[in-house]
Amino acid sequence: MSDTPNKIPQTEPHQSATFDKLTNSQIRRAAATGIYDIRGGGAKRKLPHFDDLLFLGASMSRYPLEGYREKCGTDVVLGTRFAKKPIHLKTPVTIAGMSFGALSAPAKEALGRGAGAVGTSTTTGDGGMTPEERGQSKTLVYQYLPSRYGMNPDDLRKADAIELVVGQGAKPGGGGMLLGQKISARVAKMRCLPEGIDQRSACRHPDWTGPDDLEIKIAEIREITDWEKPIYVKIGATRPYFDVALAVKAGADVIVLDGMQGGTAATQEVFIEHVGIPILAAIRPAVQSLQDLGMHRKVQLIVSGGIRNGADVAKALALGADAVAIGTAALIALGDNDPELEAEYNKLGTTAGAYDDWHEGRDPAGITTQDPELMKRLDPVKAGHRLANYLTVMTMEAQVIARACGKSHLHNLEPEDLVALTIEASAMAKVPLAGTNWIPGESKF
Amino acid sequence: MESLKYDLTNTPLREVNQFLHSDASLLNGKHIEINNPNGAHHIAVGLKSEATVTIHGHAGYYAAGMNQIADVTIEGSVGSGVAENMMSGRVHVKGFASNAAGATANGGLLVIDGDAGLRCGISLKGADIVVGGSVGSFSAFMAQAGNMVILGDAGEGLGDSIYEARLFVRGKVKSLGADCEVKTMGAEDRKILVDLLERSGHSDVSPESFTLYGSARTLYHFNVAKSGAY
Repeated sequence: MSDTPNKIPQTEPHQSATFDKLTNSQIRRAAATGIYDIRGGGAKRKLPHFDDLLFLGASMSRYPLEGYREKCGTDVVLGTRFAKKPIHLKTPVTIAGMSFGALSAPAKEALGRGAGAVGTSTTTGDGGMTPEERGQSKTLVYQYLPSRYGMNPDDLRKADAIELVVGQGAKPGGGGMLLGQKISARVAKMRCLPEGIDQRSACRHPDWTGPDDLEIKIAEIREITDWEKPIYVKIGATRPYFDVALAVKAGADVIVLDGMQGGTAATQEVFIEHVGIPILAAIRPAVQSLQDLGMHRKVQLIVSGGIRNGADVAKALALGADAVAIGTAALIALGDNDPELEAEYNKLGTTAGAYDDWHEGRDPAGITTQDPELMKRLDPVKAGHRLANYLTVMTMEAQVIARACGKSHLHNLEPEDLVALTIEASAMAKVPLAGTNWIPGESKF
Repeated sequence: MESLKYDLTNTPLREVNQFLHSDASLLNGKHIEINNPNGAHHIAVGLKSEATVTIHGHAGYYAAGMNQIADVTIEGSVGSGVAENMMSGRVHVKGFASNAAGATANGGLLVIDGDAGLRCGISLKGADIVVGGSVGSFSAFMAQAGNMVILGDAGEGLGDSIYEARLFVRGKVKSLGADCEVKTMGAEDRKILVDLLERSGHSDVSPESFTLYGSARTLYHFNVAKSGAY
């Protein structure tokens, strides 16, 4: 090796972990535009999640069930506390609230078709109920939101359950914005707004403030619907122990708890990534709250935010949830972010899997758009079939795990079936670190 | 008109509301009187027939909430959210109304003889509201459509982030909210005002004594240059 002064060894270019490429591009974008970034979807950052948990399965002390012979129940009844007509679903995997407006009419129809085919529910969103959605949805949950866009008592009566939305995981404490590109004549009419304007959705309900008022509001909705419909209260995961207790006190039949991975149609990136907590951290405090009130399994708990497969379903249920809801995963099943559309995503300056400018209404998959030509691309029958397949697979996957743990019903899964791979997940899920009996905060190492 | 009387001291409200949800053919043209309401919440909510209902006394929250077609009179004052999300029909409060009166109402007419509290007509979506007295702060917040007639004064932040609703105010306005401004009252506006004054028992009040407020429409499209307004 020669010692020529002209050839001093160079270090590899060292990219900053703090100022990484994404961060730098965000700074440049902000500097160029003077406005924050808005996008759809949920938190994209790496978070403690269900992947950080493992099932132990049967062993000497546990007896497994035969995979193809012994029954493992999957059904769930929601709304048993007060409603005269609770809803009975064949699978605990439900479809989360997503609006007509954010989604195209064929996408809403496909969600209804897919959910109906496997005996689960789908949910309206901000903007009201469309006839296509009601017609194709066997069990339809009607969201009652702060904006009350499209809200009317006739649709309230047509619903199978009513979900009073206090918040959502992607933006707890935030309202919404639907940009003018998606405010078509039909969307504008349903929301009673001028066509083409940027529509703001309120973050607070107009006619109640605080949990004491909420109790009276829930009672009003029950009176209007003659105490028939289950009433859900949806909250974004922030202070789950106290929020769940207050929702129970206010009279909820069902609580929907949405973690920060749960999607939104459009919100500021900074809000999505920095407000709220992951669903893994929220389930145990919520269940503890229900248990402390003697209401676990009496007031049902639906959790959402990053549910992707049957293992996630089984883990959520093992931690004490009664059911789960999927939104982003359902859109992917319909055809969102499909690599087959890569060339079109490239034209939009992105790539399949990363497309999240749902608010701009240019979705090449025809799902998050109101463009008449783009939405024609989505066949609601075929897309509904794909969703039904996916829901079936998730349910069967959860059954595989439950049988391996010796459970004859998904609801028999329990925290004792789980261990954690990381200290963080162990502390959040309150299950031991794998290979130990240590739960941070609960026991000594 | 056939009249039916309920007394809430000895009949559960649930029973009364259930009756009021009977098939329209049974209720159309009937007059239902409710005595001793004693401030109960959600009296006569979710009505959907051509019935006339009179509540003799004070009512609590959400009186006549989500009303459709029916004509409801409250011979007293009401709590929050009277006639919230009304679709059609008429609700008349002879006394005062608390907060969020007529919130998100889509249609019909809400008449309040006395004052109304905070956020009267919040997110109004097409209904008409006439207030004989004054309204509290943040009234007509994000009001999308419909008309409000206020014979007295308005509090702070009137019509903040208003869309296409019309606000007729006879008295003083403490302050206007973002994007709300004084409008010139045209012939169509005046006609609407005169009609509402007549239908609410104020035909003796001169329409010329009102000022019209509406949207400056500068916030209809999100614009960073306007961020100070939010």
